[in-house]
Amino acid sequence: MYAVQQFINILQLGSIYGLIALGYTMVYGIIRLINFAHGDLFMVAAFISYILAVYLKLPFIPTLLISVVFVAMLGMSIERLAYKPLRQAPRVSVVITALGVGLFLENFVLLFYPYPQVVPTLLPTINWNLGGVTVSFLHVLIVGLALLLMLILDLIVNRTMVGMAMRAISWNKTIVPLMGVSVDKIISITFILGTGLAAIAGVMYSQAFSTIDPYMGILIGWQAFICAVIGGIGNIRGAILGAFILAAVQILVVTFLPSTYRDFITFTLLLVFLAFRPYGILGKPPIEKV
Amino acid sequence: MKMIKVETEEKSKAWSVAWYLRDHWEAIANNKPILSMLLVVGFALSFAIPQFNLVNTYIQIIIMYIGINIILATSLNIVNGYMGEFSVGHAGFMAVGAYVSSLLTLHVFPSSLGFLFFPLAVIAGGVVAALVSLIVAIPSFKTRGDYLALITLAFTFIVKSLIENIEAIGGPRGIVGIDKLTTMPWVFFWTVLSLWVIRNFIYSNYGRGVLSLREDEIASRLMSVNTRQTKFLAFALSSFFAGVAGALFAHLLQYISPRVFDTVKSCDILVMVYLGGIGSIAGSILGATIYTVLLEILRPLGMFRMVLMPLLLVFLMIFRPRGIMGLRELRWFVPIQELNVVKRWRRRKKVTDANSAS
Repeated sequence: MYAVQQFINILQLGSIYGLIALGYTMVYGIIRLINFAHGDLFMVAAFISYILAVYLKLPFIPTLLISVVFVAMLGMSIERLAYKPLRQAPRVSVVITALGVGLFLENFVLLFYPYPQVVPTLLPTINWNLGGVTVSFLHVLIVGLALLLMLILDLIVNRTMVGMAMRAISWNKTIVPLMGVSVDKIISITFILGTGLAAIAGVMYSQAFSTIDPYMGILIGWQAFICAVIGGIGNIRGAILGAFILAAVQILVVTFLPSTYRDFITFTLLLVFLAFRPYGILGKPPIEKV
Repeated sequence: MKMIKVETEEKSKAWSVAWYLRDHWEAIANNKPILSMLLVVGFALSFAIPQFNLVNTYIQIIIMYIGINIILATSLNIVNGYMGEFSVGHAGFMAVGAYVSSLLTLHVFPSSLGFLFFPLAVIAGGVVAALVSLIVAIPSFKTRGDYLALITLAFTFIVKSLIENIEAIGGPRGIVGIDKLTTMPWVFFWTVLSLWVIRNFIYSNYGRGVLSLREDEIASRLMSVNTRQTKFLAFALSSFFAGVAGALFAHLLQYISPRVFDTVKSCDILVMVYLGGIGSIAGSILGATIYTVLLEILRPLGMFRMVLMPLLLVFLMIFRPRGIMGLRELRWFVPIQELNVVKRWRRRKKVTDANSAS
């Protein structure tokens, strides 16, 4: 029974990681940028849901919607203001800018909330007891919503015109504008989709774990990024696979070892993957042209 | 040209000094005795300032921080500027140096003779950091760019997490009560030594290899550059001085904990390098000095300072991505042979340009 309970925890954590990892992998796939600010957008979403729930006393669905819209717009404006001027610049400059934007978001939130905050529960606490295993409504909601969103995203990327344009830009950025595709618009849509998913993850996370602090985005963002790398960065199905693998590893580590070893094992896993299979499980090795 | 000069000379005295400097800059800049005189004066000052309290203790500590930050920025510049990689793990190497040296001075060396063994502890910190850099150097043989940045970042987290898990070295609480052994002459000595070694490394054969890696790795391998050895050396040298700086830092702050060496510290060093200019020793000195002084001036702003710093980084990247000095070098740091080669090359280029034009 204990094992089944842990399996449910793995599903929940994996869903949250997966939602964030999708944003990383989409942005990387399309403009080859590690968006270091992505984890912090997740954190901003958690704080906005906190503000809406505490000061405006909104119920769950409006809180979720407003947070998602706000953070998606924030993600898009960050792309427009900070990353777009650097489209032609060396890659390193963009990565540094992303680091700077991430730090800015953290410290900006820190100005207002220097201490960890407790988010009120907005969802009804319903627990089902299935023969020794406790499943809450929140578990079901998080896993169900995540799987649904992943399915929708997969459909968008593989079956629609926008998705086709995204894949085309990822393939070759110079030819696509000649075919009448507005590259800037597609990149904006990618950022909106990616950060929107991270925002949903943020709200869900704050509901599931209830304490939020301005620096939480760094570590969770990194872990989500590791998921994307394990699965093969730029690959949407890989990100989801990687998320559940990492969640399983982390929960198993916490079960069998002291919990302080979790980060150590996680980052060692990243190092091992980067050293032996940098393109991940589902990714293809890049061909370097001279 | 002549006309402008005459006009400005009439304008003010300050301008005439500027023009004099401009006209005689070659002679001044290539004047090695001035450099050695500066070194002697600086070394004497580093003894005199704490001895006679020429400035108050607060400013003395800031001066020492500037020295340590110069070591950090210059050593990171080897990897990020000259080799063209992107390392965000400098704080990790710093942590290794800081912990190794403080454990040595606290537990191994007799505390009454700490000041005698201090240089040994600093070197030990640097050497261990250089050995640890293998963890980053070996994956760098295969990967570069974003993935290498990730490896260095993972390295920082691993170091931090390891330190937090070892109770014997204080765990998450860190080490308190380190002797204050970092003095101004030591900081001055290590700063000058690191600048000297790094400058000589860059203009050596291996340094050329490092530069060629920045331009094109495959091409440089074709030109028979031993890329593995070069990368290994660059990382080892860079992390050696990061370890040294960490050791000096620990014995100045007298308290270290894993939290001190997190990604924010790495970002601080990155800002210094990119503010001053990549691929330039003078730029690193400038960047480290400006950044340290700026942070101290802005201290009254409190938390707001932490918001301004990342914004500065973003604006810097958008408007001047190569920093103040950006791949240029102050002539003092360029060997005289190198200057002559450049001069000859320019002259020849002018002749060939004129020929091809006619």
